[in-house]
Amino acid sequence: MKRIGTGLVAPAIAVGVAVVVSSLALLLSGHSAIAAFRAMADYVTTTDSLVTILNKGAPLYVVSLGVAIGFKMKLFNIGADGQYRLGALIAAASAPAFSLPRPVHIVAIMLIAMVAGGAWAAIPGVLKVARGVNEVVSTIMLNFIATGLSAYLLATYFRNRRVVDGIETKSVPKSGLLPSLNGFVENFGIHLRRNTTLQGFLPVAIAAGILFYVIVSRTRFGYDLRMTGLNPAAARSSGVNSSAMIIRTIILSGALAGLAAMGFLLTDYNKYSDGFPLGLAFTGIGVALLGRNHPGGIAVAAFVWASIEQASGGLLNERIPTEISKILQGTLLISAVVSFEIVRRRNLTKSIKQAAAQSHATLSPAGATS
Amino acid sequence: MNMLIKRFELLSSWQRALLLAASGLFALAVTREVAGARDLTSGSTFIATLAATAPILLVALGGLYSERAGVVNIGLEGMMVLGTWFAAWAGWHWGPWAALIGGAVGGMLGGLLHALATVTFGVDHIVSGVAINFIAPGIARFLSSEIFVGQGSNGEGTITTSPAIKKPMGKFSFPGLADGLKTIDKKRWFFVSDVAGAARSFVDSVAWSTVLALTLVPVTIYVLWHTPFGLRLRSVGEKPEAAESLGVGVYRLKYIALAISGALAGLGGAWLVVDIRQYSEGQTAGRGFLGLAALIFGNWQPIGLALGAALFSYGISLQQAVGTKPIKALYLFIAAAFLTMCIFIAVRGGSRKAVVGLAVAACGLFSYYLTTDKVNNQIVYITPYVIVLVVVTFAASRSRPPAAAGLPWRPGQST
Repeated sequence: MKRIGTGLVAPAIAVGVAVVVSSLALLLSGHSAIAAFRAMADYVTTTDSLVTILNKGAPLYVVSLGVAIGFKMKLFNIGADGQYRLGALIAAASAPAFSLPRPVHIVAIMLIAMVAGGAWAAIPGVLKVARGVNEVVSTIMLNFIATGLSAYLLATYFRNRRVVDGIETKSVPKSGLLPSLNGFVENFGIHLRRNTTLQGFLPVAIAAGILFYVIVSRTRFGYDLRMTGLNPAAARSSGVNSSAMIIRTIILSGALAGLAAMGFLLTDYNKYSDGFPLGLAFTGIGVALLGRNHPGGIAVAAFVWASIEQASGGLLNERIPTEISKILQGTLLISAVVSFEIVRRRNLTKSIKQAAAQSHATLSPAGATS
Repeated sequence: MNMLIKRFELLSSWQRALLLAASGLFALAVTREVAGARDLTSGSTFIATLAATAPILLVALGGLYSERAGVVNIGLEGMMVLGTWFAAWAGWHWGPWAALIGGAVGGMLGGLLHALATVTFGVDHIVSGVAINFIAPGIARFLSSEIFVGQGSNGEGTITTSPAIKKPMGKFSFPGLADGLKTIDKKRWFFVSDVAGAARSFVDSVAWSTVLALTLVPVTIYVLWHTPFGLRLRSVGEKPEAAESLGVGVYRLKYIALAISGALAGLGGAWLVVDIRQYSEGQTAGRGFLGLAALIFGNWQPIGLALGAALFSYGISLQQAVGTKPIKALYLFIAAAFLTMCIFIAVRGGSRKAVVGLAVAACGLFSYYLTTDKVNNQIVYITPYVIVLVVVTFAASRSRPPAAAGLPWRPGQST
């Protein structure tokens, strides 16, 4: 219980700093900070807003999980963007090519996206293991390459030729689309408006989060992963094959990035086009950091992040710039990483002192004789 | 062959770079003759390349200062974004030179934020860099919405664009030399004209902002390798505890290095703003990351990173400036380059996998050259990134980052 209490200190500081900084920004530009936060709070607490937050937060959550699993072993996969893009494109291109009964079709498309994302992520993994190439550089290059490659593939091989006024793939057939959850929540007495859809990707995201927790905290693989992250030398000497760990982890990371794209492809976007939501993978890096690479933390972070974005909609009527949400998100992130570090260091010093005091207590009789 | 390689390694980095540039140019000239693609080495292509090089070069130099002082700087992109906004704001009020100063100051703020997080608070360098890349576009967007909207003589300021900078940046032409080289360039003599075309890009109507960027390369070499300050800065990046024991203020130097780093990245952003005389959102287009890649490609050396920046820019400007024909010839050139690398590694008795890999890549490119008649623009777009990835892959064993880069450091810490 005490551990949870101290765990909340850092996020509380971060939220405080973020609120103060964005209030200052508002005040300096001649707006009322109180009016702004009230408008945001009023807007974000409606059922419609909540549904949008969940719809947008679920894919963000999954992509952040992918980034986090790399971070767990100090593997900086900046390439989630490329993995997400190619996962989305390849899945979109292959989905209309076959037809299966509904649940099987959905699973098949998701697997294709995960394989595509994972395969793209395997490149920096192999380069790191075989040639010692720093994954930050290789994933940055591969992001640029994926941008060009996906545009090329979309324009030449995967394009739906029947559509003249836009470059897009064919639509995913009905059997491959995730069902809406409106009917399901109706059972609990929550009636959504007709044009509000709670997308069916939410359970997939929850399952991914649970699986993440189980893999990282309850399996041999997860143990090796955490150990390699904490002390690579100790991990190696205790028999962890670090090369295999790097490749497995980065493939898993890429697979999650590919899966995240399904949150849009198999719901309201149903095809890959120029307008397919991107940028998300980049945000995922921030959300993973904010959530401290823990599945629960990331869930809160993704929810908060999507909420701030949604809440900014409430500022439109108040004539307050909605961009304040970006300031809020940015300062939240930066003050969070700083306060996490401060709290971690304080705890470390405390435990070192405790250990020193303990060893002093046990050693002092011997020391007294000399 | 082995003798030649030994000789090459004895040369100073300046001589090596010149030799590499000359032989690259020669190879390009051969390709141009063989494939009949004039634009591959024409003056206009080189002028576009030089212009595209400047911002990437500035960012990469920024990265050099911070990484040499032991701080990994993935936040360069964000600092560059801050640079673009402040450059536009200053330029709108006081003209293009003020824009450069404004950009440097804006970027410096980002650099100091990175210093505060990584040096004072000991946050992981990559984590802090990512956070800066987040916050910078947010700040720029917010400030635009507050300050730019509806401003400017034609009301061109919006939430994503600034009012125009009224005066353009002045241009520099070397009297006499510019025209002479242009004449030679037009003659299309083998190699001579190619050299003239390349040389012309440095003396014929070059914006002063570009001149500034180029000058900063020798300045950086001087500062980092020929002054006590530079020696201390690099010692902090290699072995901070040793530096500390000799009385070097490690924190202070890291702060200074990051201020310079941010200022240079901001200057890179300012260059972009001055170039089109306006800020527009997303203008940096990942150049901060390219600068970082150029830095690693160049093995944390000023000349090397300049070559890396030029390589990226050559690809970018070819894609922008010319049609598909010369680009097709470029693949012939790259195939030849890969083949040369392959022979080089084979002679030195390098890894067999690398030799086979490069040979396969060269053959693939050559057959691509023979079989395609129209090269897709997207394939051109990805080419420089693929080249850098390949080069970084095969040069990884020779790469030598500053020893303490990315490691947190506290005063009085011993290893």
